[in-house]
Amino acid sequence: MFSTPTDLHSEYDVVIIGAGGHGLAAAYYLARDHGIKRVAVLEKGYIGGGNTGRNTTIIRSNYLTPEGVKFYDASVRLWQDLAEDFDLNLFYSTRGHFTLAHTDSAVRTMRWRAEVNKHFGIESELVGPDFVKRACPSIDITCGGHAPILGALYHAPGAIARHDAVAWGYGRGACQRGVEIHQQTAVTGIDLVAGKVVGVQTTRGPIKTSKVLCAVAGFTPSVTDMVGIRTPIYIHPLQAMVSEPMKPWLDQIFVSGSLHIYISQSARGELVMGASLDPYEVHSTRSTLDFTETLAAHMLDMFPFLSHVKVNRQWSGMADMTPDFAPLMGKTEVEGFYLDAGWGTWGFKATPVCGKTMAWTVANDKPHELITGFSLDRFRNYSLTGEKGAASVGH
Amino acid sequence: MPCPVNGPRAIAEFIYWGEVRVSPDPNTCTDDEWADYVFNRNGAPGIKKEWWCHTPSNTWFIAERDTLADRVLRTWLPGTEP
Repeated sequence: MFSTPTDLHSEYDVVIIGAGGHGLAAAYYLARDHGIKRVAVLEKGYIGGGNTGRNTTIIRSNYLTPEGVKFYDASVRLWQDLAEDFDLNLFYSTRGHFTLAHTDSAVRTMRWRAEVNKHFGIESELVGPDFVKRACPSIDITCGGHAPILGALYHAPGAIARHDAVAWGYGRGACQRGVEIHQQTAVTGIDLVAGKVVGVQTTRGPIKTSKVLCAVAGFTPSVTDMVGIRTPIYIHPLQAMVSEPMKPWLDQIFVSGSLHIYISQSARGELVMGASLDPYEVHSTRSTLDFTETLAAHMLDMFPFLSHVKVNRQWSGMADMTPDFAPLMGKTEVEGFYLDAGWGTWGFKATPVCGKTMAWTVANDKPHELITGFSLDRFRNYSLTGEKGAASVGH
Repeated sequence: MPCPVNGPRAIAEFIYWGEVRVSPDPNTCTDDEWADYVFNRNGAPGIKKEWWCHTPSNTWFIAERDTLADRVLRTWLPGTEP
């Protein structure tokens, strides 16, 4: 699927750190849209082995801030014809996405989100419990009696996709256009002269370059330390698990902020389930029994008939969180060092638009208009992009 | 997690309150220094001193923890650092 280049060249126009979805998408659009082909993507592990392969594959655009809504909407549009673009089946499946509200204040936030979304032309409606029950008869609408569903934000374009194929599609497309992907190649340092990037040190020798894009999710603070940039990013693990496969019974995607769960059924029939962040900083991808027990208990509140279903696998990814739950994207105070980070628990859905806007930003050396609200400067100017009400569950 | 008052207890009994940091004097520091204190964090892995609280007994204490291995090295009550 990919060509495997043997040697590193001594110089590239752009070096991308991280061969996950975001880094490979940026490489793909740099080569395809901007004609920049002397690009090396350096990956210390293997393609798509980080958070690209560890998320729960949900794609939606029903965010809270105008900056977020416009950005994610552009991403959903890119997703819809991506499989054709790659000539690779991404198993992109439009399911309809319900964010459940169990309290009056949650209903109020859903109404707010629905109005912001509709203002930007996105299909998003506040619906009542009857609508939810009709859509999914298996749901216990009272959630065991202690957290009754009062309504939901319904987002018809909500979808899931096969996450590995996204990384492969972008990687293959980039390779075909001349980009080199070097796996098992870790970056150990970034060379600066007078505040400008001039090269990168790797475990396989030095490289000259004037532009570095950092797209490494949970490893971001280690890389920003190499260039002396301070950021508000903090790393907490996010865990997920899948059940044994079963016949299809769940068409939709359900998210509950109060019960801290999200769930969908994959093309293989497994239930893909996630919960909120682990409550403290950890820089590894270990799993815990606490997580499985809590998530399983909340799942049974909503779907009591699953009590005999077995859990097949669980895993964890390192989420690079920001204080306002919006990403950190664009140029930095170090000339030639570009950041695509702060993707916390919400980065998979943004893969195409991140690649597209970061490629534009790197090629033109100025931030793409869709990402100006996500610059690192906002934390110096106290002008945050508050996305907490829509980015995730349980915060 | 070994609570300095109650001994080893399940991690679910504790809340984590972030790294121990020294506040700059808000009357004399610059806006940039204050913004740096408010928002920026040391997000890289390492051995860090952190605030934790054992919630059933409301015991606030400091833990020295390796964030890469998720291993607690030692804990103490504020002002009694060993």
